[in-house]
Amino acid sequence: MKHDLIILGGGPAGLAAAIAAYDAGLRDILIVERDRELGGILNQCIHNGFGLHTFKEELTGPEYAARFIAGVKERNIPYVLNTMALHVSPDKQVTLMNRTDGVQTVEANAIILAMGCRERARGALNIPGYRPAGIYSAGTAQRLVNIEGFMPGREVVILGSGDIGLIMARRLTLEGAKVKVVAELMPYSGGLKRNIVQCLDDYGIPLKLSHTVVDIRGRKRVEGVTIAAVDAHNKPIPGTEEDYDCDTLLLSCGLIPENELSREMGVSINPITNGPVVNESLETSIPGVFAAGNVLHVHDLVDFVSEEAGAAGRAAAAYVQAGSVDAERHPIPVRFEGGVRYTVPSTIDPAFIGESLVVRYRVGGVMKNRIVSAWMDGEQVTKKRRQIMAPGEMEEVKLTKAMFDAHPDCKEVLIRIEEA
Amino acid sequence: MYDVIIIGAGVTGCAAARWLSRYDAHVCVLEKEEDVCCGTSKANSAIVHAGFDAENGSLMAKLNVRGSEMMEALSKELDFSYNRCGSLVVCLSEEDRPKLQALYENGLQNGVKGLEIIDRKRLVELEPNVSDDAVAALWAPTGAICCPFEMTLAFAENAAQNGVEFCFDTEVQSLCRTGEGWVVRTNNGAFRSRAIVNAAGVYADVFHNAVCEKPIHITPRRGDYCLLDHSAEGFVRHTVFQLPGKFGKGVLVSPTVHGNVIVGPTAIDITDREGTNTTAAGLNEVVQKAGLSMKNLPMRQTITSFAGLRAHEDGHEFLIGESAQDFFDCAGIESPGLSSAPAIGELVAGMLRKKYGFAEKRDFVATRKGILDPKTLSTEAWNALIQREPAYGQIICRCESVTEGEILDAIRRPLGAKSLDGVKRRTRAGMGRCQAGFCSPRVMEILSRERNVPLSSITKNGAGSELIVGVTKDKYAEVRDEA
Amino acid sequence: METVNLICIGCPMGCPMTVTLENGVVTSVVGNTCKRGDIYARKEVTAPTRIVTSTVRIANSRVGAVTVPCKTKTDVPKGKIFAVMQALTGVTVPAPVKIGDVLVPNVAGTGVDVIATKDVE
Repeated sequence: MKHDLIILGGGPAGLAAAIAAYDAGLRDILIVERDRELGGILNQCIHNGFGLHTFKEELTGPEYAARFIAGVKERNIPYVLNTMALHVSPDKQVTLMNRTDGVQTVEANAIILAMGCRERARGALNIPGYRPAGIYSAGTAQRLVNIEGFMPGREVVILGSGDIGLIMARRLTLEGAKVKVVAELMPYSGGLKRNIVQCLDDYGIPLKLSHTVVDIRGRKRVEGVTIAAVDAHNKPIPGTEEDYDCDTLLLSCGLIPENELSREMGVSINPITNGPVVNESLETSIPGVFAAGNVLHVHDLVDFVSEEAGAAGRAAAAYVQAGSVDAERHPIPVRFEGGVRYTVPSTIDPAFIGESLVVRYRVGGVMKNRIVSAWMDGEQVTKKRRQIMAPGEMEEVKLTKAMFDAHPDCKEVLIRIEEA
Repeated sequence: MYDVIIIGAGVTGCAAARWLSRYDAHVCVLEKEEDVCCGTSKANSAIVHAGFDAENGSLMAKLNVRGSEMMEALSKELDFSYNRCGSLVVCLSEEDRPKLQALYENGLQNGVKGLEIIDRKRLVELEPNVSDDAVAALWAPTGAICCPFEMTLAFAENAAQNGVEFCFDTEVQSLCRTGEGWVVRTNNGAFRSRAIVNAAGVYADVFHNAVCEKPIHITPRRGDYCLLDHSAEGFVRHTVFQLPGKFGKGVLVSPTVHGNVIVGPTAIDITDREGTNTTAAGLNEVVQKAGLSMKNLPMRQTITSFAGLRAHEDGHEFLIGESAQDFFDCAGIESPGLSSAPAIGELVAGMLRKKYGFAEKRDFVATRKGILDPKTLSTEAWNALIQREPAYGQIICRCESVTEGEILDAIRRPLGAKSLDGVKRRTRAGMGRCQAGFCSPRVMEILSRERNVPLSSITKNGAGSELIVGVTKDKYAEVRDEA
Repeated sequence: METVNLICIGCPMGCPMTVTLENGVVTSVVGNTCKRGDIYARKEVTAPTRIVTSTVRIANSRVGAVTVPCKTKTDVPKGKIFAVMQALTGVTVPAPVKIGDVLVPNVAGTGVDVIATKDVE
């Protein structure tokens, strides 16, 4: 069996990519979803705040997902549920498995990676102490509370001020738990400002910046944790320890793109984002294999996931429509300086962009009053002033076709941040 | 009245049970935890030592070499993971060379086959990531790695298959000598037995001292470990020990049978027999010391850290034998205890048989099948299996690709899993890089359904470790009901 | 005269603002960098509101769902959040449910309905 396009993942990225590829003229598409419904993690994100950019209204996660699911169903785009992609080969053979069809290999002309991300677990954080019940990643707790209707605990300490952790602080409080404190290793929060205010401040939950968990007590179930302040090197400062009695520790300490399949098929991975290295078409190092959403780089707003995935869908359609052959390319590298941690994409071939191209990036620390500029061959092509930039919020620079037209021999695009 | 009661369902107790199950004897294993393999046996280096380390002439040396020799055939008979990857003891300074030579000679005397001292050139060929400071190594091709969970479960299941009873959540409170044997009092009532096998790990001295004239002393010696993700697979190809030398005892870096890399342990003497908490100092020590023998160790790929307790007897020797009338010790079973387990089982079962004249069981079944991993099948065979049992087509644990079929098998088989950790040890569901983030709610549902108990009673590892505490809004309902 | 300190949620800047009120009327907002801060501050000190999201139980779901997510259709006064939660306690609705279906009308006397935010069969 062969499809024009196989999309791995039926979450927000996969759905938007499918719709865009269809609207660009592709018909032979298959969405592969490992869960029992489409929509991905949005199904458990029952809070509001989604869609302000895309729909100009404030939706909950399931409502946002429903619009894209409806889009897929209206177009009769085929999808399979409860189906796991076990392997993907460099020549785009996808091994799928489910209960009804067993293990089967399906071929694709193009693939879009849209597998999303996972949460960083306790082990990766190396928190010492016992290993009792009651330690959950924030997303696991979110599933237990919002989908299964269970309380994972009564008295909760949260490590990490990522958005899911903040959202869960409010959800657990509303459902009847006591959230005692949120500790954040960094001197700034990893979450959106509005979540700090509406999820913590609204309920009087303290946020302790530059603090971490240094011990977990309780042999069977969590009985308490110890929190300590950390120094500039993130090392706990002796003497600052504070004990909190609690039965639950939630971890919201970052998300990691799920690129096991991508790695297996030989896609180059960017060590900063843990996502594939992509060009302006969101195409990975393997021609015809594209990536979008949290598998590419972790986003804070689903609206940008949808937008990015739409671009990947259109690029995949163009690839297939051009005969699924490797086009001759002239990639221009994107370099950055002044505090930019990474950019997506990392190379640009102007021949493959439309009227404009959004380059997304994150900064490495909180920065105030900066000028962000883009340069082509030493000449500044755009700049904007930013009052504040923080690692928790994705930034973007818009480049236009006209800029590239004005620099036909451009060897490098530079994104620079400097003090205003 | 039992013929034999074994205290403790760790690898030693289960090995004793398995070898005793060859005989016509009425055997029962009492375990204070909810499952087998909950103490020292679940948190160790997962190494089958070649046998060069233990002092020549000691029982430890004898049983290590014997156990190591038995292991490969046994792994096939009882279907547990075992890989003879070979081990290296790396010497990090010229001045330590005499110690390397002494270790080699000790190994020769112990009867370890294939030992060789190799130079740096050969060492680098074997282990490209070995430290630049490594000058030579002891190469032991018979060194191996295994899965301690699978091994313990294999012994236990095979014993159960051959008629041994297991009582879990049963903590021995006292041992009382009667005219014809023992009364064993537990939180689950009293048990009577002719003989007792003390395989209580870090508690073995408590039971020994309660009934024997000459006391022994066991120190819980904590070992902290870090486990690295599959993405680190191939970084190390053999078990790499550090020669105890000017840098102290050192830690090992080894592949595991499941494609991870294990690093550790520390050796910290404590008093708390349940003190399996890691400490920041311990984990730091692991990282520091591992860096001595291997360079550029990808510690960032750590997916979990844990600590286990070794039952260190003051004389660092296995104490196996009839220490009081009808009371058989298997005490002081620390490293190389896992490697020696089959030999210990064989030895202690032999002692009991000799004393009590147990007959060979005619219908003894020596083999046992482990949980089928469909990934080991051809696509055709896997598809045929899915057609018969669709659960083998449903992945539950994404990180380790564990199907619902394997989890059902783990729950339904004899001595089946009752908890999240029980499922994890049997199937690896939850043992991967996301550390059960995705699969734990699913596994909880399956356990609840299969065991026909409410989800709220599903535990991580037995009573007191319940995973959820109520339903949403139940506090509001309480307020309303009170009003 | 009364002063209220709050942090703007308009952007990551998080301007710390001080609002002065006289007899419940805002007389000044200081600390904000832009107009958005001013607007947010005036609303937040005089009539703070929030959308409340939660779940209620669902019975006889064909797909095995036990909960259906829901929200207050519009903002409710911030002080009513826990009253809304109390009112959702013990509510079970029969499947199927469509997005927008009213699950609890006029929740906790706010005049706002609680509606389903997901189709559940």
